[in-house]
Amino acid sequence: MSERETDEPTGIETTGHEWDGIKELDNPLPRWWLIVFYASIAFAVVYWVLMPSWPLLRSYSPGILGQSDRANVMRDLADLKARRAAQSTQLARASLEQIERDPAMQSYAFAVGQSIFGDNCATCHGPGGTGSKGYANLRDDVWLWGGSLEQIQQTITHGVRSGDPQARMSQMPAFGADGILAPEKIDDLTEYVVALSHRPADRTAIQRAAPVFAQNCAVCHGPGGTGRQEVGAPNLTDSDWLYGADRGSIRDQITNAHGGVMPAWGRRFDASTVKALTVYIHANAGGQ
Amino acid sequence: MTVILERRKPTATSPRKTVSAAAVARGKKDGGGKLYKPRTPIYPKLAHGRWRTIKWALLVLTLAIYYAIPWLRWGRPDGAPQQAVLVDFTGRRFYFFFIQLWPQEVYFITGLLVMAAMALFLVTALFGRLWCGYACPQTVWTDLYIAVERVFEGDRNARIKLDAAPWSLGKAIRKGGKHAVWLAIALATGGAWIFYFHDAPTLWNSFWVGQAPATAYVSAGVLTMTTYLLAGTMREQVCTYMCPWPRIQGAMLDGHSLQVTYRRDRGEPRGAHKKGEDWTGRGDCVDCGQCVAVCPTGIDIRDGGQIECINCGLCVDACNEIMVRLDRPRGLIAYDTDEAVLAREAGRKPTYPLLRSRTIYYSAALALVSGLMLWGLATRSPVVFEVLRDRNPTFVRLHDGAVRNGYTLKIANHSFERRTFSISLAGLSGDTLQTPGSAPTTAALTVTVEPDQVRAVRVLVKAPPEALRAQSLPVTFALSQDQRTWRAASTFLSADVGAP
Repeated sequence: MSERETDEPTGIETTGHEWDGIKELDNPLPRWWLIVFYASIAFAVVYWVLMPSWPLLRSYSPGILGQSDRANVMRDLADLKARRAAQSTQLARASLEQIERDPAMQSYAFAVGQSIFGDNCATCHGPGGTGSKGYANLRDDVWLWGGSLEQIQQTITHGVRSGDPQARMSQMPAFGADGILAPEKIDDLTEYVVALSHRPADRTAIQRAAPVFAQNCAVCHGPGGTGRQEVGAPNLTDSDWLYGADRGSIRDQITNAHGGVMPAWGRRFDASTVKALTVYIHANAGGQ
Repeated sequence: MTVILERRKPTATSPRKTVSAAAVARGKKDGGGKLYKPRTPIYPKLAHGRWRTIKWALLVLTLAIYYAIPWLRWGRPDGAPQQAVLVDFTGRRFYFFFIQLWPQEVYFITGLLVMAAMALFLVTALFGRLWCGYACPQTVWTDLYIAVERVFEGDRNARIKLDAAPWSLGKAIRKGGKHAVWLAIALATGGAWIFYFHDAPTLWNSFWVGQAPATAYVSAGVLTMTTYLLAGTMREQVCTYMCPWPRIQGAMLDGHSLQVTYRRDRGEPRGAHKKGEDWTGRGDCVDCGQCVAVCPTGIDIRDGGQIECINCGLCVDACNEIMVRLDRPRGLIAYDTDEAVLAREAGRKPTYPLLRSRTIYYSAALALVSGLMLWGLATRSPVVFEVLRDRNPTFVRLHDGAVRNGYTLKIANHSFERRTFSISLAGLSGDTLQTPGSAPTTAALTVTVEPDQVRAVRVLVKAPPEALRAQSLPVTFALSQDQRTWRAASTFLSADVGAP
């Protein structure tokens, strides 16, 4: 333990600590610092009383101001809902066609639709709505389940293979994986589908595949391969397909029969939100 | 007549003599060991004369303008505010009598500020710091506050005596009354400010019952405090230490700029004068100290032009009063130029050239900016038309090989009438236009835009494969109403231009 001594030039006592010959003067703390220090303590005590602060066994001390972030969020959400009430009621009452034609309702629907799309749909369909392999392109004019306002609303509300009783349902058999067709028949069918979409293909394979197509595929895709929207069977005479249009993708689809799931958004959104989203998607796709 | 500004012991070498506050402060060598120079209190005496009268008149005029403008009404179509001058933040509009500006036209405000700056430069080069002395809010409100002070505490000598006296009930009443009136003026000042941003009669009613927006109370509160502090307690310190203009104006002034000037050619050598004494061989300055006593910034103008001097001319009035009493010509202190003083000292006739290179430059700049503003306002289009093309997706290929691009057309209707436009597109062949809720068409689209509104119109353009001569085609949207057409250029993409 070192000794306290008086520093000669200043006449102030040292703390007795010494580092390499440097001694610390025992000056008092600056007054402003002390004031801030004690004020902070006073502030803390006031804060404990006013605000939620102390953890208790099962809960926490609530504070007499009753501050609660959870309640604030709920209040803000309710406030937002109240502010939008007039417009969302208007949307809920109007038909989809009216919403799309009326400038005021349309601009509100676009704003809501864009925001909802970005938060919920863009994950799969992409921020621009152009989709990717396995996820439908919502901007072009090819629709698996129909592109009219009502059809889009139906798909959004109930989803695809979502388990909802009214969901869009289709189940293409996995012709290869389940052993329904032999691999060489699948190869022939692949050539047949390529030919359907107006591309050059092996003629002999097409001839061999014609009866196979009529027997297995025509039920859903139609004898000419033009598809049926009621059962979600794509038109095979164009080449805008969910799972790709090259030979490998076609063979893979016939063999394994991929089928994705889209949630039933009607369970999450209210009717006016679904309507807004429907109008947004329909208008941006050029409508049908 | 001798007046003491600072109470200190008269010494043998300096008998009781009027010394400016600035000189006293300068005399304190180390400022008492403090970081900042201590403030020397200033007790401006009431002046009488031409410039004081002009200052009173301008004080009344500028305050009247400030308080009255928000209450002026101006007829506008239904739904638009009826207030003549209004900065409407919620509605995002600026109303100035017959002019209505949108946020996108903020450059008019910039132009107005440039005009004000150029006018200030020109006036300063010609006539010195007229702004500082007569029109600056700091000067106007300080003047008003000093007038209130005078009502409660009397003129200069009475105030010096009151400040030196021990606290008493009378002193407390005088001081308290002064601060109460100051605060009331401050509240009126801060309170009037908020009326520029809201419909004044509505806000007046809601303000007093606690129904006004929080920003109104905060703004009024902050401006009340700044008015009270700046005009009541800080006064000349604002001009000397806080305001950048005294520093900048040095670049605008030259030897031919009018400034409040002590004509040393006439005044020196100065000294006390007994009645009936001969005036030959001496100057006209009798060292009475009146010029120092009336100065609101606490300087001695006889020391020459100084950064503290706001050119208010009160010392001119004070000196003229003495000169008249002594039967000497007026104008020992006057608005004059440095060059004129030098000329007279050299025995030449002083000249006052108004046309100098700097005044010509400032006038030219002012004329140019004013001209641009006038031209801009006169040729302002009531309709603004812009096209934003979709970035994602850049284009969509349809099942028949056609390509579709999406655009958002923004049509801003700045007028108070409903307008119906037709929209057409040039640059493609065989294309169709489609807007939500209608089928694609080769004809022009028709849209209606409500008064004072912006409408965003989605347009999908579909072009057949044979029209796609290049991956990127320049296209032009045309918006037509009657004989007028507004155009906006864009591009039509059919491949990922620039993609590797």
